[in-house]
This record gives sequence, structure tokens and C-alpha cells, in this order.
Amino acid sequence: MTNAGRVFSIVDMRSVWRTLRSRLGPQLMRSILLVCLADGVVGLSFGAITVSAGLPLWLPMLLSVLVFAGAAQFLFVGIVASGGNPVAAVAAGLLVNARHLPFGFAVADVLRGSGAGAVSRRVVGSHVMVDEAVAFTLSQRGDQRRRAAYWMCGVCLFVSWNLGVVAGAFAGTAVRDTDVFGLDAAFPAVLLALVLPSLRDGSLRRAALAGTVIALATAPFLSAGLPVLLALVGVLALRRPPKPAGRTEEGAPS
Amino acid sequence: MSGALTLVVATAVLGLGTYSFRVAGPLLRSRLHLSARMEQLMAACAVVLLAALVATSTVFDGDGFAGFARLGGVAVAGVLAWRRAPFVVVVVAAAATAAVLRLLGVP
Repeated sequence: MTNAGRVFSIVDMRSVWRTLRSRLGPQLMRSILLVCLADGVVGLSFGAITVSAGLPLWLPMLLSVLVFAGAAQFLFVGIVASGGNPVAAVAAGLLVNARHLPFGFAVADVLRGSGAGAVSRRVVGSHVMVDEAVAFTLSQRGDQRRRAAYWMCGVCLFVSWNLGVVAGAFAGTAVRDTDVFGLDAAFPAVLLALVLPSLRDGSLRRAALAGTVIALATAPFLSAGLPVLLALVGVLALRRPPKPAGRTEEGAPS
Repeated sequence: MSGALTLVVATAVLGLGTYSFRVAGPLLRSRLHLSARMEQLMAACAVVLLAALVATSTVFDGDGFAGFARLGGVAVAGVLAWRRAPFVVVVVAAAATAAVLRLLGVP
């Protein structure tokens, strides 16, 4: 019985994989897998840094499963490890993660649907809503491609991030400083590459530019997270109703 | 440093709060119908947020300046992406540029 069930689930996963491949195309698949690889290595460093700061082995893993948001996790661990108040660490993490509220409204369409499993799809799908998944979704046109890009990126990132964190927690000091590999530049580069096609629309570019200036100008004075939220004021610079964020036809910006 | 129970509770609260932020949009939007214009505005908000995130995570690391190596890496990525280089090239070039700059002693 259990074996039969397992065989079925493997067959099921294969067909899901094949469907995703055919919907996304090899190019976009490669792009998403590259991001997963890079984030997996950052996860490795998160696990290692947390444990070598003297925090328990299970903490980075629990954070990565329950919170699943890199910047907030690093911030949380940084505050707790330096003897800070856990309440302050939670508040700081929540502030950084507040951007997921507007993100949720922007990509809600990929989690929409009716029939069996509609609710569980929203419930599960929401948890893997990370910056990269949102950016990949926005870069795609068409319901099917947007949906496939969101799920592929969200689920693969969840797996690679958590695997990286577990490995890093056990490996300890093996990979501490991912800056040596320039991975700290990879995160903004990923988002930039995905967002740039949208910025070819003049009105959206103005709004993004205004928001960026606000965020950069306020960042030295405000706690992490707030400057990015303040950037939303930049939306006022939209001249006219924006076009559906300029998405490229054939997938990742090429 | 905080005890184990405190850390578990803190992690759970942060996880629950983060999840609430994430699930609010999908849950609410399945119930109320938004005009096409509102949907576009939501997408525009996400683009502005991501752009700001790119800028702040490029320039700042915690409270201080992130350094010229990271800035250089992201700048190279920006030029390549604007010239429609493949995604993989953009990302690898960003990391490689930052790594090489650091190797050369750029902070």
C-alpha cells in the first residue's frame, strides 16, 4: 500500500515537473535553478553563521522553515546573537517582511482558482512568496507562465534554501563568508534583471526612480524595512494607469 | 542570550506574522473583484518595492555602506540587463565582478 502510494507520488511529481518544463521552457528553468543554487549557498552561510554565533543548531532550521525570508532571518539572528531583546528581533523581522503584504496583492492572481484544492493552494502558495518568486512572476506574461514561474521558483527556493541551511548548520565554519564569491551582489542583480523590463515603461520607471530615491535617502536614518516601504510613495509619480508591467514574452529577460 | 523556549516562541511569532502578510493578499483578492486598473496599480507597487529593494541592498549592509565591490557588481549587472544579456550571464557577471574587485583589494 505504502509502496504503491510512493510510486504514484513519484509519477505525479514527474508529470508536474514535465508540465512545468514545457510551460516555462529550458531558458527560464535554468534561470530559476541558478537563483536556487545561489540562494542555497547563502543559506549555507546563514546556517553556519547562526550556529557559530553560539545559537542552537535547530534555530536556523526552524527559522528557515517557519519564516523563510533571508533578510529577516539574518536580522533576527544578528540581534539575538548579540544579546538583544527577542521582542526587538521579532519586531525588526516583521518590519522587514511587511513588504510581503503589497507583494501578496500583486501576485494573488497566480494563487487564484476554484475547485478542489483552491484553498490549500492559496494557503501553501502564500508561504513560498519570496522576493525572487514575486520578481519572476512579474517578469512573465500570461496566466499559465506566471503561475508556473511562481510555483517553480517558490518551491525550488524553499527546498534549496532549507537544504543549504541544514548543511551550513552542521558544517559549521566551512562557508562563512559568501562575500568572497560575490554572492551579496547576486541578490540585487537577480531582482534588477527581472525588474528592468518593466522599467522600459516610462511611467513605471519614474515611479520606481522616485521610490528608489526615497528609500536610499531615508535608509541611513530608519530601521531596516521601513525605507523600502516608504518607496511606495513613488507610485504617486505614475503619470497614467500603468500598462501591465512590461513583461517579456519568452521568459527571463534575454 | 535568550533561552530555548524564548527563541522558539520568537521564531513562531515572526513566522506567523510574516505568513499573515503573505496570505492577506491572496485571501482577500479571491473574495473581492478588483478593476483592471487596480490590478495594474498593485503590479506597479510591487515593481517599485523591488526596485527600492535592489537599491538598498546594493548600497547598504546593515547600517553602513556595503562597499564598492558590491556596487560595482550590481552596476555591471544593470548594464548587461539593460542590453538584454541572458539572465544567467547577468547574475554570474555580478557575482564575479564583486568577487574579483574584492580580490583586488576593493572594499
